[in-house]
Amino acid sequence: MDLAYKILIDPFMQMGSAPDLLVQTLWEGLVAGVLYSLIALGFVLIFKASGVFNFAQGIMVVFAALTLVGFHQLGVPAFLALGLTITVMLGLAFTVERVMLRPLVNQPDIILFMATFGLTYFLIGFGEFVFGGNPKKMITADLYLPSGAYDIKMFGGFVSLQKIDIAAAVIVSIMVVVLAIFFQKTRIGRALRAVADSHKAALSVGISLNQIWVVVWFAAGIVALVTGIMWGARSEVSFSLQIIALKALPVLILGGFTSIPGAIVGGLIIGIGEKLGEFYWGPLLGSGIESWLAYVIALIFLLFRPQGLFGDKIIERI
Amino acid sequence: MRMKLSIIAGAVALATAMTSAPPPAAAQDSIYIPLFTYRTGPFSGSGIYIAEGMRDYLEMLNQRDGGIGGVKLQLEECETGYDTKKGLECYEAVKDKKPVVINPWSTGITLPLIPRAAVDKIPVLSMAYGLSAAAVGDTFPWIFNPPATYWDGGSMILSYIAGKEGGGPEKLKGRTIGYIYLDAGFGKEPIPLFEQLSKDYGFTLKLYPVAGTEMQNQSSQWLNVRRDKPDYMIMYGWGALQPTAVKEAVKINYPMDKFISIWWPSEDDAAAGGDGSKGFKVLNWHAVGADFPAIADIKKHVTDKNLTQTDKNHIGKVLYNRGIYNSILIAEGIRNAQKLSGKKVVTGEDVRRGLETLNIDAARYKEMGLEGFAGPVKLTCQDHNGHFATYMQEWDGTKWVRLPGELKAMTDKVNPLLEAAAKDYTDKAGNWPKRTEACDKAS
Repeated sequence: MDLAYKILIDPFMQMGSAPDLLVQTLWEGLVAGVLYSLIALGFVLIFKASGVFNFAQGIMVVFAALTLVGFHQLGVPAFLALGLTITVMLGLAFTVERVMLRPLVNQPDIILFMATFGLTYFLIGFGEFVFGGNPKKMITADLYLPSGAYDIKMFGGFVSLQKIDIAAAVIVSIMVVVLAIFFQKTRIGRALRAVADSHKAALSVGISLNQIWVVVWFAAGIVALVTGIMWGARSEVSFSLQIIALKALPVLILGGFTSIPGAIVGGLIIGIGEKLGEFYWGPLLGSGIESWLAYVIALIFLLFRPQGLFGDKIIERI
Repeated sequence: MRMKLSIIAGAVALATAMTSAPPPAAAQDSIYIPLFTYRTGPFSGSGIYIAEGMRDYLEMLNQRDGGIGGVKLQLEECETGYDTKKGLECYEAVKDKKPVVINPWSTGITLPLIPRAAVDKIPVLSMAYGLSAAAVGDTFPWIFNPPATYWDGGSMILSYIAGKEGGGPEKLKGRTIGYIYLDAGFGKEPIPLFEQLSKDYGFTLKLYPVAGTEMQNQSSQWLNVRRDKPDYMIMYGWGALQPTAVKEAVKINYPMDKFISIWWPSEDDAAAGGDGSKGFKVLNWHAVGADFPAIADIKKHVTDKNLTQTDKNHIGKVLYNRGIYNSILIAEGIRNAQKLSGKKVVTGEDVRRGLETLNIDAARYKEMGLEGFAGPVKLTCQDHNGHFATYMQEWDGTKWVRLPGELKAMTDKVNPLLEAAAKDYTDKAGNWPKRTEACDKAS
């Protein structure tokens, strides 16, 4: 009875008695969710174009952020460093396409998946060789990203909104809209969807597979750079950031591997769900439930929608 | 063309075979010391400093003195990434080369090595980390963890808090103390002590575990802190956990002078919160800074000659000096072993005896060019830790500032718990071998 009270009644009593903390929890969940969406977006872009789960997305986040900070440490002004980093990510996209993907056209998906493992370890080694293993500080002030917080008094308490979190939410929203327009409304976007359906069919109507792959890997590189800047500002720029990419897995399970809206909505559900779960129900289980709660939320959704929230229903003739 | 390809393929195969062949075993005229380090991965922020200090001091002994007792030290790093699995692979890779001591530099790696140390006859030096109960030398003759255990450290922090409250441990009654920690072997290690002391002294303990995958995503834990309003926060963190925790504490306006950590945060970790992290406190037991003749010798004989990967700006930082301290213990253990055994090229068994008779007093520190670097260390067959005093240092926004006074472990509480934990360990292990190693007179 006591346990039932703690699970079913007490959390809601807490929400009512300290609404400022509820609002704060929702805000933290929203910010985390937006950032999870951003990571998931990188995976979705590449999956849509090649049907491959890009295991290297996490290390691309680290690589992009380290390149940015690395250029700045060499004395390059922040925005020029940003431009140079974008150029490096474009170079990476070209190299990946030329060296890794092109020789593997029409190979089974598992081969491409394993190739992304190889890319991950290459980027880890190359990144450590060039930048060293020392954690670095993100150049937030030089990029004119805000610091500090707005403390808003409400419900007899306060809600603290970090300016960098607000900036993250705004930048990510703009990015998502731009990417959605790019992939839904432009010629390249339509070509991308064709490639996603079938490499062979796309090739037969004159779509350049190579060009499309460069475009999506470059887009995923830009997403990785923004992710690295935002997560780096919250903590530090180090190789531990690649672990954060694992957070995209439950988001992808939930949202579907091929849906940009799915990545966004999935990220928000996971972000808000895990923060609420950890804050109100976590103490019942000794706290620290966040690391697995996201997967539980995703699995519950899968029971009802196995293809994910926005994933395509696959019907195959047998 | 085909022939050309065959030649290239042959050359590649040969090069692969040559580079993957195991390195030669330790030469008979040198002492082999493997250094388990992590200069890469999520914990490199802490690991790089330690690897640098640890290696540079031993390399300095090689360059300046020709090793120890005229015998060169053969140093070999093995990168563990703070990963237990990789650490055990490192152990397997080095154990046949007759290492004289193993420094796991991870509680997770230390724990599985404890039962193997006596079998392989290789002492394990887990300096101020690892299994706290390993301080009981009669039960764990091959494990050494000076100068203080995690349990000592926990009790020192509680003593400090009680002092801030104006008295002894009874002042903890009615207080709420939060504990944020890496949810792994290391972070869980002091929980039994905290739980026992919370019963004994009547304070409420709140636990905030942080999973390894969530080190940079701690907003939930700090929301809980904001709700629970603990009077003090204690941290046992490592790697990216620490700067993120400092940032989050600043973010929720937690009073930083009440946020106290065990001895692992670096200057970078403390600085992560900007001006807001002023007042953050950390235990320490050795000096910070480079103003010592021995460190000048490191610069002269090692870093200035580019015999190291060390970033010169790291010299004298707290974790760099921690690495030096670790190597002082190794070097003194070897020196003792040479005296005790009468041999120049000592073995793991000799160094176990050397560590057990470790006695570094103020005069010895002066001889080493490290006068005032740290407090004396004296180990015995029964006590492999010493439970030596530490001090509190405070972050002033740019550097650590030593606070006056020393902090002693609550040995009356900690030691019986350690004895009980050691007994519990051996009971659970079953057939734990009784100590057969003789106790040297010097001990």
